[in-house]
Amino acid sequence: MVAIPEGKVGGYGAHDDDDDKPGFFARWFYSTNHKDIGTLYLIFGIISGLIGGYLSFMMRMELAEPGIQFFDTGHQYNVFASMHGLIMIFFMVMPAVIGGFGNWFVPIMIGAPDMAFPRMNNLSFWLLPVALICLLISFAVPGSASGNGFGGGWVMYPPLSTSGAPGPAFDFIIIGLLAAGFSSIFGAINFITTILNMRAPGMTMHKMPLFAWSVLVTAFLLLLALPVLAASLFMLFTDRIDGGTGFFDPAMGGDPEMFQHLFWFFGHPEVYIMILPAFGIVSHVVSTFSKKPIFGYLGMAYAMVAIGVVGFVVWAHHMYTVGMDVDLKAYFLAATLVIAVPTGVKIFSWLATMWGGSIRFTIPMQWALAFIFLFVVGGVTGVMLANAGVDVALHDTYYVVAHFHYVLSMGAVFGIFCGFYYWFGKMSGYLYNKWLAAAHFWLFFIGVNVIFFPQHFLGLNGMPRRYIDYPEEFELWNQVSSFGAYITLAGVFFFFAMLVEAFIRRRPASENYWGEGATTLEWTLPSPPPFHIFNTLPRIEDTDDGH
Amino acid sequence: MAGHAVEHDYHLIPPSPWPFLSGVACMIWGLGMVVFFAGLVDRTGESPMMEFFFANGLDSLKSTMTGDGSVNGGWILLLLGSLMAAYVMYGWWRDVARESEAGDHTPVVDIGLRYGMIMFIMQEAMFFVGWFWMFFELGLFHKVRATWNPDILENAAGYADSMAPGVTSVNAWHLPLMNTLILLLSGTTVTWAHHALMHGDRKGAKWGLFLTIALGVLFTFLQLIEYAELYHLRETGHEAWIGNDAYGSAFFMATGFHGLHVLIGTIFLFVCWARLMKGGFKPEKHFGFEAAAWYWHFVDVVWLFLFAFVYIVFAIGGGVH
Repeated sequence: MVAIPEGKVGGYGAHDDDDDKPGFFARWFYSTNHKDIGTLYLIFGIISGLIGGYLSFMMRMELAEPGIQFFDTGHQYNVFASMHGLIMIFFMVMPAVIGGFGNWFVPIMIGAPDMAFPRMNNLSFWLLPVALICLLISFAVPGSASGNGFGGGWVMYPPLSTSGAPGPAFDFIIIGLLAAGFSSIFGAINFITTILNMRAPGMTMHKMPLFAWSVLVTAFLLLLALPVLAASLFMLFTDRIDGGTGFFDPAMGGDPEMFQHLFWFFGHPEVYIMILPAFGIVSHVVSTFSKKPIFGYLGMAYAMVAIGVVGFVVWAHHMYTVGMDVDLKAYFLAATLVIAVPTGVKIFSWLATMWGGSIRFTIPMQWALAFIFLFVVGGVTGVMLANAGVDVALHDTYYVVAHFHYVLSMGAVFGIFCGFYYWFGKMSGYLYNKWLAAAHFWLFFIGVNVIFFPQHFLGLNGMPRRYIDYPEEFELWNQVSSFGAYITLAGVFFFFAMLVEAFIRRRPASENYWGEGATTLEWTLPSPPPFHIFNTLPRIEDTDDGH
Repeated sequence: MAGHAVEHDYHLIPPSPWPFLSGVACMIWGLGMVVFFAGLVDRTGESPMMEFFFANGLDSLKSTMTGDGSVNGGWILLLLGSLMAAYVMYGWWRDVARESEAGDHTPVVDIGLRYGMIMFIMQEAMFFVGWFWMFFELGLFHKVRATWNPDILENAAGYADSMAPGVTSVNAWHLPLMNTLILLLSGTTVTWAHHALMHGDRKGAKWGLFLTIALGVLFTFLQLIEYAELYHLRETGHEAWIGNDAYGSAFFMATGFHGLHVLIGTIFLFVCWARLMKGGFKPEKHFGFEAAAWYWHFVDVVWLFLFAFVYIVFAIGGGVH
């Protein structure tokens, strides 16, 4: 145990308000600084992204041709597929976009000196490595009779996750996801309190930057959806114990379908948890590089609120094929299509922002434009899948895989890279090499489209998800898809080359390196911002375009 | 900005070891949970490895109770994790109490703490929504499901009967009614303590809070008696209690998690009592106490729902189908 000297915690005086940073260990392990914690989250997200990316790359290598190439068993492939989903969602997208950018820029954008609960903020971060370690352990311990690890899919449906996976591998996943869930709940409490209570004088809710709005809505979704996941994970945990409960076991009067309801009551808001902060980032980038305030600011903010609210009542469109009542299907179909309305408000407002603007095609703007394009593709396939009748044919095919990778792997991830390039100079203090960044963007953009667009064809032709092998007639588009994975991998190399180059060359970034289009508060601070910001709170003047 | 004086009322906190140590405690505790409940080898397989860490902890618990006496490492990990978590909580709360006394909790920080507690209770409520959703789904629609789900046709009769109206459950008008009255009474004593504190009557506040804690402990004690009786009925194969079905699952997990929250609330109130005894809290500023009271009322409301539905409605034949 660590002995803590009286009155001085971590060797740092309670009221030092100068720029002296604490020593290395206290700064990075005992941190209570929103920028340092944000940086930790981003590094964590990059590491998890590499792990999750490795898993998906192995799957694409395997699927490059019919037959079994790389994996020893089909179970191993299923383990890779399941863990790819869990790691990318809980340990890459959410930490990067909420923990990373949210921590860094929500306090700065609303003119607050730090988060409301700095210690709890650090707790949110440190639960994540714990959770990731649990998931990595699960690779190495017995899952089912077929081998190590859990291969029942990231959705963890029973009985695949109860009697189908009796080994401790899945227990580790439950513990890991509970830790990650608590991390997100604490983070959500922190963001809501910060945004509601710590806005700078003069910054009303209706003048708050859209990224802060997006994180506020996201935090409410986290707060209300994750506890339900926690409850259903506990049900799985006790169902798995010998002589335990029987919530999902028909022999005991339980119902496996109920897990799907509970899971997707969490799972559908989770989709918006991942994409809403990306909406916020893209709004800022589009506005900055069009040199115009965002079109329809209030509409944009309340569209996100509407997406969040409606997102809670559409969950069963993930389960059209379980045999639910046709009236229920009709309801969930209609409710799901309603979401297209606020989403359309956002898309058209971005387009209207660019309309007549003086557009600069900088690197972040390229990511933002690509985001809009890819998200529209994923959105319209989503409208198609929302139709209960159509979905019966497409359910669990590669069409679904293509759909949700267009909105997440390309929507959310492009939003993350968009924010990364937009704020990289602000966070690190250095400018990146434009050529390397452009190579990263174009290889990524072409690569992911080559991976996922052909999967629409595969799905329409009836190729099912989650199989290690396929008949020969699917070979062509699978080969194309795997080729796309190699292109994307090349893009990843350029991303790291860009990072290394930027930290070696150290071209200093100025206060506002994007010029007059960038109007939010982070551009009034030095790059990188001092350890403690806004010792004197900024005052927001009462102007019409104050957001 | 170096040397620039802080001109705002927010509370900037110096680096703190507690969050990181919480993570370490969580890791140990999580490992203990898996080892204790599952063991590190396949439940279906033989265990050639070290019995200590790898055997199923539940089995070893049962064998300990029957006098067989094998030891499982899950116990030790769970204990270690819990002790470390207790140490972290002590240190963390001590720091918060000190900061409050040092005047760091300005009015704006105080409002932030209130927001935080409201959000925390909101997420707790959603956690119980999960359990009640499961319970109502099983209770209201089980017969519908029995008629059209082909997977359970083999056992359709048993399926329709579990959680059927008139299921033999705990008699709601014995211990559960006592517990309802105890919790309602504790709601009044905590309000007594609050008003006494606001009016500077510290003696009354101490007594009111002490009685609340005592009632909380009594509730837990009666709940344990109820569980022990049910366990006894199950072990002796008494037909009056069907523990091995969906009703039993919902009953034990919902009341069990509520019991856990009563325990957390009792600890929360106890910490407030300890602070009160040491001279903490002022008539005009005592948010730690108010947060504990809010939490206690929340636990009370959850119990009223449990009492009304889990104990009464579904046990006296109020099922819809």
